[in-house]
Amino acid sequence: MASIAQAVRMALHYGETHLGVTDVFGEDVGPPLGGVFTATQGLKTAWNTPLDERGIMGTAMGIAYAGGRPVCEIQFCDYAFNVLDLFKVAGNQRWAGAGTFALPMVVMTPNGAGIRGSLYHSHSFESWASRLAGWKVVMPSNALDAYGLMLAAIKDPNPVLVLLPKALMRAKDTRLIPGEPADPEELSRMIDAPIGDRSNWEPQWPEVGDYTVNIGSAVLVREGTAGTVISYGRPLPLCAQAADELARDHGRTFDVIDLRSIFPYDWDMLSKSVLKTGRVLIVNEDTEVTNFGEHLLRRVIDEHFYDLVTRPRTLLGKHIPGIGMNQNYETNSVPQLGDVRAALWDLATEAA
Amino acid sequence: MPDANEDPPDLEDALLRRGTRTAAPSVIRSGRDSMTVELALTVFRQMLRTRALEERSIKMSKSGEAYFWIGGPGEEAFNVCLGLQVHKGRGPAYDYLHLHYRNAGILLAMGMPMIDHTRQLAMRKTDAHSWGRNFVGHYAIPDWNVVPVTSVIEVQYAMAPGTALVQKRHGLKNPNENEGISIVIGGEAGTAEGDFDSCMNWSTRPGRELPVLMLVTNNKFGISTDLDTVHTHRPIVDRAEPYGIRHEITDGNDPVAAWAAIDRAMRYCRRERKPFLLEALVSRLHGHSSSSGAQRNWNDLDPLAAFEQKLIDARAIDTPAVQALKDDAKAEADAAVVQTMTEPEPTREDVYTHTYAPSAVDSVYPLDYTGLPRAR
Repeated sequence: MASIAQAVRMALHYGETHLGVTDVFGEDVGPPLGGVFTATQGLKTAWNTPLDERGIMGTAMGIAYAGGRPVCEIQFCDYAFNVLDLFKVAGNQRWAGAGTFALPMVVMTPNGAGIRGSLYHSHSFESWASRLAGWKVVMPSNALDAYGLMLAAIKDPNPVLVLLPKALMRAKDTRLIPGEPADPEELSRMIDAPIGDRSNWEPQWPEVGDYTVNIGSAVLVREGTAGTVISYGRPLPLCAQAADELARDHGRTFDVIDLRSIFPYDWDMLSKSVLKTGRVLIVNEDTEVTNFGEHLLRRVIDEHFYDLVTRPRTLLGKHIPGIGMNQNYETNSVPQLGDVRAALWDLATEAA
Repeated sequence: MPDANEDPPDLEDALLRRGTRTAAPSVIRSGRDSMTVELALTVFRQMLRTRALEERSIKMSKSGEAYFWIGGPGEEAFNVCLGLQVHKGRGPAYDYLHLHYRNAGILLAMGMPMIDHTRQLAMRKTDAHSWGRNFVGHYAIPDWNVVPVTSVIEVQYAMAPGTALVQKRHGLKNPNENEGISIVIGGEAGTAEGDFDSCMNWSTRPGRELPVLMLVTNNKFGISTDLDTVHTHRPIVDRAEPYGIRHEITDGNDPVAAWAAIDRAMRYCRRERKPFLLEALVSRLHGHSSSSGAQRNWNDLDPLAAFEQKLIDARAIDTPAVQALKDDAKAEADAAVVQTMTEPEPTREDVYTHTYAPSAVDSVYPLDYTGLPRAR
């Protein structure tokens, strides 16, 4: 029943006690705050950095080069743009260096809109990230996957970017992480820092266990025949909800795939589902020019053109300079439940 | 030993002058600093080897054996003196090197064979640093903590605090391995990038200072742009003041001065576990790179010629011995190139290799990249 923020916290605790994580760091990551989304509260290796994303990325690279296991945070992905060249260098160093050095580092950063964050707390980064060859990029849509993907990111000896859907950071999972107490209030008493003075507070960590979601493995969250819906992160629960509604109200069922890994992506699962349904919709909230979903669309067209019964399509964020503060801007530029439901209906009902 | 400049024996002072020659000088001096003759000759020989390799490299870029050359002729004195003082080894007990692309002299002095350089220049698959992927001078040597060099200016300064942090921590746990430092080097033009300040800021967090030796070789030009037109006329090292970082400027063309300055800076970083900024004034004898022609610039002082003159004046060496060393260095460089050009180039099968390290938690690329994800 943990939230994504609690799941990340427990994963990092497992990482620093079982997987050799040496440093969890970033702006406001250490005490007293423990992260602007509380995802790093109570961790023994967490520390605060200068307000300097380039220093954060560079230091993580140096720690990894010298044998440490760093997990660093860019506070919002909106502030990752001034480290794009360091992302490039971290991604290409192994190839450029003929495999001489591994770079086992994790960068985590909140992604996307949905918290009334205006222009600079609402960006989506996955399409930019998908162009960073040498990186692995994952994005959970629920707490259990956040735990499992974070453990995979820590275990993987390559640079891994963990994108966390901002709007879902406090969303509770219905499932339990191995070792997590069943009562969410008990979990909160154990690992959530108190409001106010917390200088003497220490977390009581539950004995969480190993649970890994392999990088490159998608999951089928709904099964059906009327079409294939490919999504991840924040819009994924909307896709599942829309599919449930259409199944209940109209008897139309869908394969809803939570991609979980942006790169490498689980082409095997996508391909098999497209072969089965012949109808494809790709949903994400990143801006539509040029969007990672378009790459998936290209592969669908290249490899399944003659398997399709209707045109493959996307439902993406609008190509605009940002998300405006007034809620009318966001609801009219980022896919909403109604948009998803309408797109699914069109996908299922368009004549073959 | 025959000496072309020997005075005729009938001069009045001939006896006296012969007498001083028999007593070999024990030290070479420069201002307050000095260096033993034995060390001076070692430095000189490594400078000669570096120059021979650079000149042969430029020739390769013009002959078609290579495409692009960039390097450090004019920085031999400083780079060799640095390379000879590095604590060389693997892991945090030893020095980490965050280099840029003008540092052949450092690695030759550390013991890198010339062919390790020419293989990269000639883009051979046998190039251990990059399999023929990267520009020359973009070294990567895990056994010596030389992390991969990249063309991106100044990013190495953002990384150095990371290795230094691990080194400081390692030294606190292992008091016998408490002298490793992180050495980061770049040109003066690159100090305009924010990463230069990031390095100073991250190395001086109160109570968490880091043993980073920041080096700036100042040749007064960024490609074609005169430093005096794009930077305050105050020295680069003045930028260390607000961070409280100890700093010094040295004549990087003078091996005696440079050796002593590096020694002082290193001792401070090793013992105090704090950063130091050392600026070395150097020459740029063949321009920025082959893209600007790599023609010899005869206006800058040549540190190699100057040191040769100093050693001859001090009678630490004579011209035939100098010529013999030059011939040896040139022959060594020629032999490396001849061997290099017999070696294989990478092929289309090599395009994906080394993208990913093997991973037990990756369903798509458990071993390495194999092209776009496929259906199983």
